[in-house]
Parts: sequence; C-alpha cells; structure tokens
Amino acid sequence: MYWQNVMYSLEIMGKGMLSIFVVILILTGIVVLLTKITNLPSLKKHDDSEE
Amino acid sequence: MEFLWLGIMSITWQQCVMYLIGALLIYLAIGRGFEPSLLLPMGFGAILVNLPLSGVLNQTIPGVGETHGIIQWLFETTISSSEALPLLLFIGIGAMIDFGPLLANPKMFLFGGAAQFGIFFTILLASLLGFGLNDSASIGIIGAADGPTSILVSQILHSKYMGAIAVAAYSYMALVPIVQPIAVKLVTTKKERLIRMDYNPKSVTKLTRLIFPVVVTFIAGCIAPQSVALVGFLMFGNLIRECGVLGSLSDTAQNSLANLITLLLGITIAFSMKADVFVKTDTLLIMLLGLFAFVFDTIGGVMFAKLLNLFLKKKINPMVGAAGISAFPMSARVIQKMGIKEDPTNHLLMHAISANVAGQIGSVVAGGVVINIVSQILKNIG
Repeated sequence: MYWQNVMYSLEIMGKGMLSIFVVILILTGIVVLLTKITNLPSLKKHDDSEE
Repeated sequence: MEFLWLGIMSITWQQCVMYLIGALLIYLAIGRGFEPSLLLPMGFGAILVNLPLSGVLNQTIPGVGETHGIIQWLFETTISSSEALPLLLFIGIGAMIDFGPLLANPKMFLFGGAAQFGIFFTILLASLLGFGLNDSASIGIIGAADGPTSILVSQILHSKYMGAIAVAAYSYMALVPIVQPIAVKLVTTKKERLIRMDYNPKSVTKLTRLIFPVVVTFIAGCIAPQSVALVGFLMFGNLIRECGVLGSLSDTAQNSLANLITLLLGITIAFSMKADVFVKTDTLLIMLLGLFAFVFDTIGGVMFAKLLNLFLKKKINPMVGAAGISAFPMSARVIQKMGIKEDPTNHLLMHAISANVAGQIGSVVAGGVVINIVSQILKNIG
C-alpha cells in the first residue's frame, strides 16, 4: 500500500501539472485572441478618424 | 462546591497545549499583524473548543441529554456538509481582483501554472512519509498559499488533518514577506535579480474583461469539473465587478460578504482544532510539509522563468516567477521590494501583479485538479 501510494503520488504529479498547464495554455491563447479581436473595432475607428 | 472545580480538574495537558497555540495565534494576529482576520478568530476558537465540556460543541449532559453547540453546528452545516463558507468567500475574492494587468500581459499566465509545482512535490513527499493519499493531497495544497482552497480540498477529500492544514495555510500566507525572499535568493544570482523588464501592456477592452470570467469558468469546468465550484464562484465575483451595472453588489461582495465570511470561517474552522485530533506529532510534520510546499512553489515559479529565459531574447527577471503563488497582493509586493533593493530604478510591480493574479487562477485550478485526480484514484482503489 505504501509504495502504491507513492506511485499514485507520481501519477498525481504528472497528470496534475499537465492539466494545469493545459488549462493555462488554453486560457492564454483565448486571452491573446480576445485582445486581438476586441481591439480590432477600436483600431478601425482610430484609422477612420485619422483619415 | 465540588462542581465548581469539575471543569478545571478535567483539563488535559493536550488542552493546555491548545490554549498556548490559541494564545500564540492571537499574538501573531495582534502583535505581528499576521493575517489577523483569520488567525485571531482561529486562535480564540482554538481556546473555545478546548474548554472542558465546551458549550460551543455538542455535549451529552447527564440528566439532560444532548445539547447542541454553535461552533459544531456552524462547522457541520457550512463546511462539512456544503463547503459553503470557503466557496462563498471566493465570490468576495473574485470581486476584489482586477485581472486587467494579466489580460494586458497574458504570457504571465504561465507562472500561475508553474508556481503550483510545490503542491505536487509535497504530495509525493507526504506519501513517502506514510500519509494516506487523501491526506497527502490535502497537505500539498498548503503550497498554493490559498487558505479557502486548502480548507475546501481537505474537507472534500475527508482529511482528518483539516485543522492543522488550515493553520499552516494561513500562517504561511502571513509569512510570505519572510519565506519568499529567502527561497528566491536560494535559486537566483544577483545578476538574474537585476534583470530589467519593459512594461508595454496591450490595451484591454471592456468586452475582454466581461468574456474572460465566463471563458475561464467554461474551460476550467470542462477540463477539471471538480474545480468548477472554486473557479466558478471566483469568476462570478469577478463578473459582478466588471459588468458595470452591479456596483452595489460588487461593493457588498468585496466588503460586507468577504468580511462576514472571513469572521465566521476562522472561528468555525477552530472546530477541527480539538486537542484530541490536533496535538499529535503529525501536526508538526504537516507544518513542516506545508513550509516545504510553499518554498517549492516559489522555487518552481523562479525555475520556470529561468527555463523560459533559455529561449527568450527579452529576458524575464526570475523573481517575477515567484509571484505566481496565490497570496495576493502580498507576493507581488515582496518581489517589487526585492527588485528595488537590488536596483532602486528596477520596478517589477506590474509584472509581479500579473503573475500573482495568474496564481489566483492557478491555485483554484490546482485545487480542482487534485480533487479530480485523487477522487478518481480512490474510486478505482475502492
């Protein structure tokens, strides 16, 4: 049971860090996209006003 | 007259130890200003629940029968059966956090993930020391430096060490200014601590701020469903803050709700500080493991920044990685102070704040992920 728990802990470490990074990377990607998309209309407005 | 002495005569040495621990927590709260809103109620509660035949706990009185105690009732209804108090506190925390600096500098998200490494390393160490899987996982979460998440995880996983875990989590949160500089200096050189970072934030639109909490909840909920209560309540609070039409509710969540729950959470958690379960060598071990988790979370963030620097042209000051823990905004302030100490013109605050805010998300996701994986393993074993 003791060594089994240690092996499970390694499994938790591997799966845990992987899951956290998957979530974090997806969120980073979405924020980058959101920032680009939602900034487009304001950029366009800015360009129009300069013309 | 014998009945007058009955209480005093039945005090055990373990209860005396708890009175001292209670007094120490009250001293740390008042005398040192360490997390006073939590440590003071916990310290007073530790004394309350350890008085002989304490009326704040359920008791069986000869001739009268069972009487109900308020702290035991609070614990059973608001923590044990529903986890309501730690979860509701997240609405207040979410309403307090401005995710703007992180949204303007999204690569800082990565530190919110990297600085959770200590949690998993400590779970392994606790297992090696002979703790059960549910207890090891609950002990590891102390490293997130996030009190409500620690309480929630230990409660859901039915850890018998919840009292010690809560005390450790809040104590180390309070000790961020002492522990983090030592841990950071251990793994960085002076040259690395002097690295300057430009701050060129992208503008963040209101639409991004509104969509962000919904997206985070959806993504975290799909990948780690057990985290959705934590993440969802945090993000619900944040949506109230950002929507712009619920100013009064946002104020209430940030102040009245958060204060009321903090007040009750501290004294309610004291139920798990009864002498018979708290005064054990395991408690000391948990305090040490908690410190270990906390130090390795800090080191994890720093080492990740150093790893990124191998590939980046514009280097990151590795100290910023240490702010990826959840202790907000204390950790960011510590990194800013450390940066200024090395070079008075090097301001790292906005980078550290971004990493620190990411740590808030990282710690609740870590809590949910740990609950998810451990419950699956326990189900397979059972």
